[in-house]
Amino acid sequence: MSTALEVAQTVTDPELPMLTLADLGVLRDVRTEGEQVVVTITPTYSGCPAMGVMRADLVHALHRAGFADVDVRTVLSPPWSTDWISEAGRRKLAEGGIAPPGPAPRHAGPIPLNLGPTRRTATCPVCGSADTEELSEFSGTACKALRRCRTCREPFEHVKEI
Amino acid sequence: MAHEETVYDALDHAHGGEGQWAFGTGFDDPLAGVDTTVPEGVHAADLGAYCLMLGDDALVLCQRLTEWATRAPELEEEVAIANCGLDLLGQARLLLARAGSCGVLGRSREHATDSIPDEDALAYFRDADEFVNHHLAEADGGDFAQTMVRLLVASTARLALFARLRESRDPVVSAIAAKGVPELTYHRDHAARWVLRLGDGTAESHRRAQAAVDAVWPLTADLFTATDVERRLVHQGVAVDPASTRDEVRDVLTMVVERATLTVPAWPADRPSPGRAGEHTDELAPLRATLQGLAREHPAATW
Repeated sequence: MSTALEVAQTVTDPELPMLTLADLGVLRDVRTEGEQVVVTITPTYSGCPAMGVMRADLVHALHRAGFADVDVRTVLSPPWSTDWISEAGRRKLAEGGIAPPGPAPRHAGPIPLNLGPTRRTATCPVCGSADTEELSEFSGTACKALRRCRTCREPFEHVKEI
Repeated sequence: MAHEETVYDALDHAHGGEGQWAFGTGFDDPLAGVDTTVPEGVHAADLGAYCLMLGDDALVLCQRLTEWATRAPELEEEVAIANCGLDLLGQARLLLARAGSCGVLGRSREHATDSIPDEDALAYFRDADEFVNHHLAEADGGDFAQTMVRLLVASTARLALFARLRESRDPVVSAIAAKGVPELTYHRDHAARWVLRLGDGTAESHRRAQAAVDAVWPLTADLFTATDVERRLVHQGVAVDPASTRDEVRDVLTMVVERATLTVPAWPADRPSPGRAGEHTDELAPLRATLQGLAREHPAATW
């Protein structure tokens, strides 16, 4: 029989189904307290509408594996960062046509204003060209930006650094 | 097990099995499993009132931003505005839930049925005089330039506040602030770039951007005077005195407006925020009707 951790690690993200919640860094902890399995997850963005689905998926998967008593808890701190996406997760994103994020910016003091075009780069997941441009910092989900490849002209999404 | 083959079946099952579950209904408590104990020496009613202020600014501005859905000048921009609104809605849900955990539900609980979560009771069942957002959030969106200037001012002020609130002695407020900072950074950059593009664009976009700056500037008068609640919470290490953010906010706004080749209007004299005292403009009424109409007509609606 699989452990609760092994089961929870198989649950995928509802918006990025090529990634598990563990790959994404959203799954923070799985532990057993007596008969109860306590799963801790953290939202990617404050308004992430997928939290309810993630919660239900985790409960569903653990119930199917024979864990009757499951409690899924939220943790807000420390805030999720794209730096928590695993190497396997980054590879799966690229294979799925979504450019993985670069390193997230870290600011200790006042946050500098960024008025110019964003300097971030991303490699085209279709043709591999590094010559890509950003169309919008916001895309179909809160965690992605929209880019276009100047070489093959394909638009693609990019998980933006946060 | 066979009857729970898809996540939708599981969600439907979790919400009573009536087959009415739809994405966007039946949200869980956003603070599920978060320790909501009020720190020692902190007055719960004050903390709740403070979370309501910060939550209402986000909730009301989110509603204004979503008015652009299907009306934005281009699809990418519509998605961007909706994304900013979604982030603010998430911050509002967390803050209203925190307010609820501090017991400041007011009259909303008398109107809402028991099954409605605290943050929904607060969002949908408060009357206008119970809303404590700044007028900046509720002001009519105007044209696209005015929407972007307002978003610039609101996100600059909120970012300055949230950056400092990361050190709040309330761990829930501190966590919400730390989570909000990178989101607000994206909003501020996005709005600032639009103000640059419009101000330093055509004669017409310059004219409208200047009109937008002139229209929004007076609303900054409300942003920097602490309420009594905030003053008490500053002493308890929970809140940030908004006056401490004034210089930073004005510096950032001045820099953007000047770079946009626009004229920075005279700063209005600071005044206590009428919105924080529950006094609102006529512009809040239609916004509230849109926001609350469905929930009040059908309090336990699912679809």
